[in-house]
Amino acid sequence: MLRKLTLTAMAALAISAGAATAETEVEIHDFDFPFEGPFGSYDTMQLQRGLKIYTEVCAACHGLERVAFRTLHDETGPALPEDQMRAYAANFEVFDKALADGEGDYRAATPADYYPASSLSNAPDLSLMAKSRAGFHGPYGTGISQFVNGMGGAEYIASLMDGYEEEPACAAEMETPMEGAYNVAFANGGFPDACKDEHGHHTVPGSWIAMPQPLYGDDVEFDDGHEATLESESQDVAAFLMWAAEPKMTARKQAGLTGVIFLSLLSVLLYLTNKRIWAPHKNKLKD
Amino acid sequence: MAGIPHDHYEPKSGGEKWLNNRLPIVGLIHDALFIPTPKNLNWMWIWGIVLAFTLILQIATGVVLVMHYTPHVDLAFASVEHIMRDVNGGHMIRYFHSNGASLFFVAVYLHIFRGLYYGSYKAPREVTWIIGMLMYLLMMGTAFMGYVLPWGQMSFHGTAVITGLFGAIPFIGESIQTWLLGAGAVGQPALNRFFSLHYLMPFILLGLTIVHIWAFHTTGNNNPTGVEVRRTSKEDAAKDTLPFWPYFVIKDLFALAIILAVFMAIVGFMPNYLGHPDNYIPANPLATPSHIVPEWYFLPFYAILRAFTADVWVVQLVNWVTFGIVDAKFFGVLAMFGAIAVMALAPWLDTSSVRSGRFRPTFKWYFALLVVDFVVLAWVGAQPAEFPYDWISLIAATYWFAYFLVILPLLGVMEKPLTPPATIEDDFNAHYAPTGGTKTIVNPAE
Repeated sequence: MLRKLTLTAMAALAISAGAATAETEVEIHDFDFPFEGPFGSYDTMQLQRGLKIYTEVCAACHGLERVAFRTLHDETGPALPEDQMRAYAANFEVFDKALADGEGDYRAATPADYYPASSLSNAPDLSLMAKSRAGFHGPYGTGISQFVNGMGGAEYIASLMDGYEEEPACAAEMETPMEGAYNVAFANGGFPDACKDEHGHHTVPGSWIAMPQPLYGDDVEFDDGHEATLESESQDVAAFLMWAAEPKMTARKQAGLTGVIFLSLLSVLLYLTNKRIWAPHKNKLKD
Repeated sequence: MAGIPHDHYEPKSGGEKWLNNRLPIVGLIHDALFIPTPKNLNWMWIWGIVLAFTLILQIATGVVLVMHYTPHVDLAFASVEHIMRDVNGGHMIRYFHSNGASLFFVAVYLHIFRGLYYGSYKAPREVTWIIGMLMYLLMMGTAFMGYVLPWGQMSFHGTAVITGLFGAIPFIGESIQTWLLGAGAVGQPALNRFFSLHYLMPFILLGLTIVHIWAFHTTGNNNPTGVEVRRTSKEDAAKDTLPFWPYFVIKDLFALAIILAVFMAIVGFMPNYLGHPDNYIPANPLATPSHIVPEWYFLPFYAILRAFTADVWVVQLVNWVTFGIVDAKFFGVLAMFGAIAVMALAPWLDTSSVRSGRFRPTFKWYFALLVVDFVVLAWVGAQPAEFPYDWISLIAATYWFAYFLVILPLLGVMEKPLTPPATIEDDFNAHYAPTGGTKTIVNPAE
């Protein structure tokens, strides 16, 4: 679960409207998530921990509107027992247009309902975050290092959670401080001129993100006494959001494996058939 | 009927004769299935079957996707997520469809480059080639419109960029762009018509596939030597050929099984690798992605589009000659479509008397460079438009045009080709030498 390597990814960004583009370096770390690779699957306990972190921390601002409560019961997902899942859903209030004679009213959520949308307009929905933030394709935009290391949006989310650092010296000396918080994994935020060299290149990685640091470690308490360090929390919530973005991953990999095995077998049979039907023509005696 | 002499279908029973006198469909299928095929075809001749299969795969998966998709700007993205999460097997069907587009283009590029190397475009197969080029254009249009449908960020802003290309046409461009989009900007009318056309165009493609096959069943397949099948008699033709069934059907199915195993691994284990992550963000007209990149299969031609900027002297010259009507943007559009047009004109640009690249020692090197050039264009098309990528794309784009407009015409005159074998039979026997009984027949089935 430790950082194996630090990938320095280049992500282009427009600093402000009309400004010239510059390259932002971001620090995305490679984590060994249990769902990586052709045989990887989600760790139920990790998803449940991530679910708890999402519920107690992220959900204050961020929505998860494409995820239905019933899916928390999925075997290959967080696999909450049905009664727990129902009780969990009831903690959320959803707006039901059919209530109050068609005027609509709030009621407790049922398993068929979806998570509410974000409560803040500048807090993006997290349902697909792990898939929409997989775009740090190095080197030279080929995505080879991402492919080889099995890195995706989950790595980005974990790095972002863990990427809040002290403002670099170049920014700390400015008269008007930067808005937001300095994060070494975030590419698309504000960046002060004071931290650029004479060619406009950034001298420090990352940029300034509007979201205040959400996790510090020990933000939640797990029933089974699992550790809640910043690093483990970051990975747990990233794993949960990966599941939220790709809930059918396990079924997909199983189908993929079955398909590969079946087609390999079929190609062996077809190879032998092909060899046999061509044999009399390929080595026949001259007439 | 023209074509290689072979045994045609003869209805035997009364029922067969009855049907054949009214609709000769069994004969049609029989002749297509048992068509004499040059027996020296190598493994580059499998892509046609792969393409036919992929077209059917795309239509079959697409028809199911349509059952659950909603072409509305507020609902399209959510309906795709509904397919991914709630529809039985929907996530597999959608990943088959989106990665199927990539398989389609991998196969079509290999198919096209096969044709370019072995001179399949040359007389008498020009019509097959031209229809193929039309199919390729139609494929690109279909793929582009399909990419719009999920209504993600890349869908939306990619549409704005691509339809903007038509806006670059002098005088009438803006009207054309409005006509294409059905409005002044990308929105509901564009989504509706792209959905409609995305459903229609594969069926046109299917029709053209039949015409494409009809054309080369008339001329006969090309083959690695470029030497024609002997048509002097049925017996001579039979020495050069074997019937399509079972020899080539089984061979092609074997190749298809291997390719589908790889395809299955991509769909199962890395289905989003070839896509763009930004398309998992719902379309937002107010937030333009920092990099608008087309899907990988458009990148070579996208690179050509961007290569000709206002500081290139050719562009400046054309701009001056046309009194400013052709500006850099329009020049780029002309270059992109021109890049495909010169390829379509290859039958008339290639002056060589020898068809196959196998017997053209100098041509081989220029062709290898063209393949490298294509890969470089694809790579540079995904890079930001800045130094050194602007120079690389300009050089690569120039070579693309030079290959078709300068090298192909001149090389045919200047190059001294080798002598191809007299017959396909000779070529086949040279590879699978008659052993006179000294070599035992390898038969792994026994």
